Amino acid sequence: MIAFVLRRVFQSIIVLLIVGLIAFLMFRYVGDPIESLLGQERTFEDIANLRERLGLNDPFIVQYFNFLLGAVQGQFGISYRAGVPVSQLIAERLPATLELAFVSGLFALIGGVALGVYTALRRKGVIATTIMTASLIGVSLPTFLIGIALIWVFAVELQWLPSNGRGEVVAIGGWTTGFLTSSGRASLILPAITLGLFQMTLIMRLVRSEMLEVLRTDYIKFARARGLSARAVNFGHALKNTLIPVITITGLQLGSIVAFAIITETVFQWPGVGLMFINAINFVDIPVMATYLMLIAVFFVLVNLIVDLLYFAVDPRLRVERPSSK
Amino acid sequence: MSDQTDNDILLSVRDLVVEFPTRHALLRAIDGVSFDVRRGEVLGLVGESGAGKSITGAAIIGLLEPPGRIAGGTVTLDGQRIDGLPLDEMRKVRGKKIAMIFQDPLTSLNPLYSIGRQLVETIQTHMDMSESEARARAVSLLEDVGIPAASERLDAFPHEFSGGMRQRVVIALALAAEPELIIADEPTTALDVSVQAQVIALLKRLCADRGTSVILVTHDMGVIAETANRVAVMYSGRIAEIGPVADVVHEPHHPYTVGLMGAIPDLDTEGDRLAQIQGAMPRLDRLPEGCAFNPRCPRRFEPCATKRPELMPVGASLASCFLHDPAYADLLPREAAE
Amino acid sequence: MSETSVEETKPAAVIDPKDAPSLWTRIKRSDVWYSFTRSPVAIVAAIIVTIIVLASVFAPLISPQNPFNPAELNLMDGFSAPMEPNQFTGNVYWLGTDDQGRDIFSTILYGSRISLFVGVSAVLLAMVIGIVLGLVAGYRGGWADTIIMRIADVQLTFPSILIALLVFGIVRGLVPPDVRNDVAVWVLIVSIALSDWVQYARTVRGATLVERNKEYVQAARVIGVKPFTIMMRHVLPNVMGPVLVIATIGLALAIIAEATLSFLGVGMPKTTPSLGTLINTGQDFLFSGEWWILFFPAVALLALALSVNLLGDWLRDALNPKLR
Repeated sequence: MIAFVLRRVFQSIIVLLIVGLIAFLMFRYVGDPIESLLGQERTFEDIANLRERLGLNDPFIVQYFNFLLGAVQGQFGISYRAGVPVSQLIAERLPATLELAFVSGLFALIGGVALGVYTALRRKGVIATTIMTASLIGVSLPTFLIGIALIWVFAVELQWLPSNGRGEVVAIGGWTTGFLTSSGRASLILPAITLGLFQMTLIMRLVRSEMLEVLRTDYIKFARARGLSARAVNFGHALKNTLIPVITITGLQLGSIVAFAIITETVFQWPGVGLMFINAINFVDIPVMATYLMLIAVFFVLVNLIVDLLYFAVDPRLRVERPSSK
Repeated sequence: MSDQTDNDILLSVRDLVVEFPTRHALLRAIDGVSFDVRRGEVLGLVGESGAGKSITGAAIIGLLEPPGRIAGGTVTLDGQRIDGLPLDEMRKVRGKKIAMIFQDPLTSLNPLYSIGRQLVETIQTHMDMSESEARARAVSLLEDVGIPAASERLDAFPHEFSGGMRQRVVIALALAAEPELIIADEPTTALDVSVQAQVIALLKRLCADRGTSVILVTHDMGVIAETANRVAVMYSGRIAEIGPVADVVHEPHHPYTVGLMGAIPDLDTEGDRLAQIQGAMPRLDRLPEGCAFNPRCPRRFEPCATKRPELMPVGASLASCFLHDPAYADLLPREAAE
Repeated sequence: MSETSVEETKPAAVIDPKDAPSLWTRIKRSDVWYSFTRSPVAIVAAIIVTIIVLASVFAPLISPQNPFNPAELNLMDGFSAPMEPNQFTGNVYWLGTDDQGRDIFSTILYGSRISLFVGVSAVLLAMVIGIVLGLVAGYRGGWADTIIMRIADVQLTFPSILIALLVFGIVRGLVPPDVRNDVAVWVLIVSIALSDWVQYARTVRGATLVERNKEYVQAARVIGVKPFTIMMRHVLPNVMGPVLVIATIGLALAIIAEATLSFLGVGMPKTTPSLGTLINTGQDFLFSGEWWILFFPAVALLALALSVNLLGDWLRDALNPKLR
């Protein structure tokens, strides 16, 4: 097991190095850092000084290494547009994105598993077929249209919920949270549904098909043949087996929530890192773009590692050495 | 077959019909099957794959795969009808009165739970026992089925056992609530040949000790000959022949049984090539008119292609074949009349 | 090289009757047409797609005005509600007008034109990239295979919209600021294509691996037929079925991706709006009650994306009877 985890960590580091390289290349070659940092009034001497100071004259590998070193220490350069360190921008905006991602991930997970189990157990039922048909259409709807539809109904027509921003936030240390105020919680609802709906549909369909598969297995038949209650069979035996393959894909889905947050944050003007990224693209603010890329990569890699570890926790077959013969 | 009210009879199946509605046709997998199982006896159920032997077992315990359903007939256990029982009632029968053992021990156990947990869960479902009582019973069951160091292995997971050991665990699970009848569906087919005999012997011994009846579903006549008291030979969803195992093996009356016996290697008659039955069992949607076996039957005669034979007594057995029907005796081909 | 493969991939052109069943015979054998006539969903979807495609191709002929020619616009016509006479001019617009007095119906026609153009071009480009890389990876094997498939794996880990955004940002950074709006269409096409080539490459690589070791390919190689010719004649026809399915579903995804990018404000500029840009513009007026500026472009986008998607689903089932 330790060997396996080490291998995964090694693979993750490779991925991070590659993403770091892309970020570095962007940093170094897309858009001219000299152009961006010095104004119109500049002398050749200024340029030469700055080149030397930024290390632009060093060999490629040295520059890359210094870039990585800086990144590890949380130095990502200075935003062309805002003129402040990117790390500061990220620190201000990350709580908003993480809170949104957390709530919608929870929503997607609970809703997806519950609906998946329901539609698998009531395969022929009217409600289940309706849910399945709706999900089929739901998957092909663009996220931003769902967000707009929710705004239209719940913010414009019914005026129940706010349609943009985070509402009032409370600062705790360096973290700003919307969980503690009623306007903060109300502001979370529509964005969280928008962001979680697509993932929920995917998880639901996955849970359903896996559950149907498991319900056909011999050990479920054998559990029934032993007279166990439907509850024990469906939730004790079938559900746990269903969740094993679901964990991987669900983990990856939840990982991509942070990336999909870009769209939701734009629709709801949610002041998170996604909105920051969109603005960075608009203004070709390379340091911010590159940093966002690395942030997402780190997040994905972490989620992947957690998923792998969860596997060990759930599946006893992985915990022990396999017997020599089957 | 003795009287239905006979106290000796545990399970009685009468005119059982099982149908599978498919998109193209309504398939009859079981068509009018009747037999009894006496207390403490082992009834063998043999036939080629697709003959309906497993489906008969599944129908008795009420676990037909949808869309399959019992379309006719009755199943009576201890004088109580159990076909079409509501699910809650049926659940009290399963495991408690009738247990089932499946073919593949590798897939019959939930891989995510220790065998102890699966045993305790089953015991507590049917018996009013505390956790520790149930664990003690689980240990003694594992000892009964010959798992070494049972108390230590209680918390082991299925994948930590070999195939033969897993099937022993499965047998322990089936015996957990002292059922009166065990339906064993090809219990050794998936095992190594070396452990097959052990597992069969174990099953036979345990059931004999407890007076448990067994329906042993298999395609292996050898296993039946060693284990069963009586045997029913199935063909295309019907019983071709049923009777005491010695009679059916040594003096088969149905031409299909004759062919089946000819296909068993016999050390006494060395030199002879194994006899084979020509052709294959017809598909359920292409059943021939008359006797389902008639296109392959070497002794086919006039009524076979048009009428369906019912079971009729021949010696100590019953066979569904017109060769033994007095009404057609004068139509018999000459060599068969001897 | 990529140019050639587009031409060669057109069905019928490369089919040699002596070969293993070609795409066209397989289509006939799999009764695609029969299955089409039997599927009401596919028929309705096909009709909707056809109407939208024709309407956008002939947009200049059909639309009541050219909404992007300022000379044809009248600011007084602004904010007309659908089917109601304008309070100043009395003009009636079917689907209403926006703040500039642009007829929504006309903007939708011109908008779908751009959406379709970007979608189709992106899919074609992705297809070419994917097929070429897939062929190379599968046929050459070795380090080329490793590199290509590694990139594909890493890319698959991330949502394609993120890749598209990133590519868009990078390409935008490379383009001089003053022409950014003019080349937006091409930047958009490239970024969507680069986010979407992986599936083609994987499919083609798989098929190539299977074909590569067959005897006739070995024989052809021995008698000196160029690898490129072998791949074009023998491998490509075998994968055109799955590629077609991926492309159809990919078209729906590309249309949605384009709309999403434009909605996010990083796609088509407001001067040449696609459906996504129109929705972005319309969102501003939702709170002031001019719902139609947003609503009708959104419906058009939905109808287009959903129909193409349903067509893709149907095609997948029809070309792959095993799944039925």
